[in-house]
Amino acid sequence: MADKLTKRQIFFNPFSKNNPVIVQILGICSVLAVTAKLEPAIVMGASVIMVLAFSNVIISLIRATIPTNIRIIVQLVVVAALVVIVDQFLKAYAYDVSRQLSVFIGLIITNCILMGRLEAFAMSNAPWPSFLDGVGNGCGYALILVGVGSIRELLGSGTLMGHQAIPQWAYEHGYANNGLMILPPMALIVVACIIWVHRYKHKDLQEK
Amino acid sequence: MKINKQSNIYTYIYIIVLVTIVGAALSLTYMSLKDKQQANADAEKMKQILASVHIIPKDGQVQTEYEHYITDSFIINPQGKRMEGDAFDVDVATQVKEPVDSRLLPVYVCNLGKDGVKYILPVYGAGLWGPIWGYIAVDADGSTIYGTYFSHQGETPGLGAEIQKPEFSNKFNGKHLFFDGRFIPVTVVKTGQKANTGGDQVDGVTGGTITSKGVSTMLDDCLTPYKPFLNSLNSTDNKK
Repeated sequence: MADKLTKRQIFFNPFSKNNPVIVQILGICSVLAVTAKLEPAIVMGASVIMVLAFSNVIISLIRATIPTNIRIIVQLVVVAALVVIVDQFLKAYAYDVSRQLSVFIGLIITNCILMGRLEAFAMSNAPWPSFLDGVGNGCGYALILVGVGSIRELLGSGTLMGHQAIPQWAYEHGYANNGLMILPPMALIVVACIIWVHRYKHKDLQEK
Repeated sequence: MKINKQSNIYTYIYIIVLVTIVGAALSLTYMSLKDKQQANADAEKMKQILASVHIIPKDGQVQTEYEHYITDSFIINPQGKRMEGDAFDVDVATQVKEPVDSRLLPVYVCNLGKDGVKYILPVYGAGLWGPIWGYIAVDADGSTIYGTYFSHQGETPGLGAEIQKPEFSNKFNGKHLFFDGRFIPVTVVKTGQKANTGGDQVDGVTGGTITSKGVSTMLDDCLTPYKPFLNSLNSTDNKK
């Protein structure tokens, strides 16, 4: 990223052209794990946006003081603290969802998007652009999560947000939910399909 | 004076200060949210206990419904004697690791009005990926199962996780624990097989063999210590 990006680009690039999941292929593991239903996918997306935005800002604020030889440790401490705080808040205010997400909130710490953004952006940019970058990348991640989550819940359970979305007459005429959609491998296949369509639309992203 | 940011002293001080700030922030969050989290965990437990007698309270009504139906709760020891303490605070997960003789066994008494009094017993065991647990509601005769509730931490969705669904737990309704005075907990077997225990059996979850076996072992392990207690219910009931 040699060229100076405008704030608008910083914020909107991660939505499509530089999407962390489907272009940079980061954070795939949590996409597999939490997208069987739409609701946990949304909460997970929101949690990642929160953690990413604030860790970016905090690291950006203290970037001048961080000793280079322990900078990864410092980043990890900040991310881990934010993740634990988010987890505690979910346990207090969204108990059911936090049970569904179980360990995956904790595993945000290991989400490659976070370390990637902290190293690549927050360490060398001012707090405000870092905040935009964090929210942008978080949204890019959440977007894919919600997309995959709705496809999997709709085809796998016939519901959206827990409400029946496939009309009853379809079942009466022999339609059946695809149980395979609930299993993790289908998340990979759905993500792959999204990447396929996305690359088709953006020829410049295609590898030669 | 310019600080040398690469020096060891600076690094040490930096990390100590950082960790102290982070630690303080975390404990502050924990302290301020602890009550709310505990209330959520308690409400979840009450919900599960009520689920074993087929009551699903509305959101926000859990506490009132629980207090309405669960009229009494107490702790017994494996000899059937009452112990001191609050049954709700007994952690079944730690109790099952104790030797059978020294376990504390919680009993929740549920009054369903015209359906009579039920005794709800917690069970805890191991599935394929992690712990499984549940609540077994027994009729006042100490033998007939009125209802069950099972849950799990991380069984495979669609396979082992099916034990959480009513389709599985309702199979236990009406099964018996006593046969001619012999105590035989319900066994979970593969569909089509027959248990050779002489007791009642239910079909396990297809594709969830290890979880189903876990349920079976859990029932055996956790209900057997209640035998003297259930037996006393059984005999008082027979005298009537």
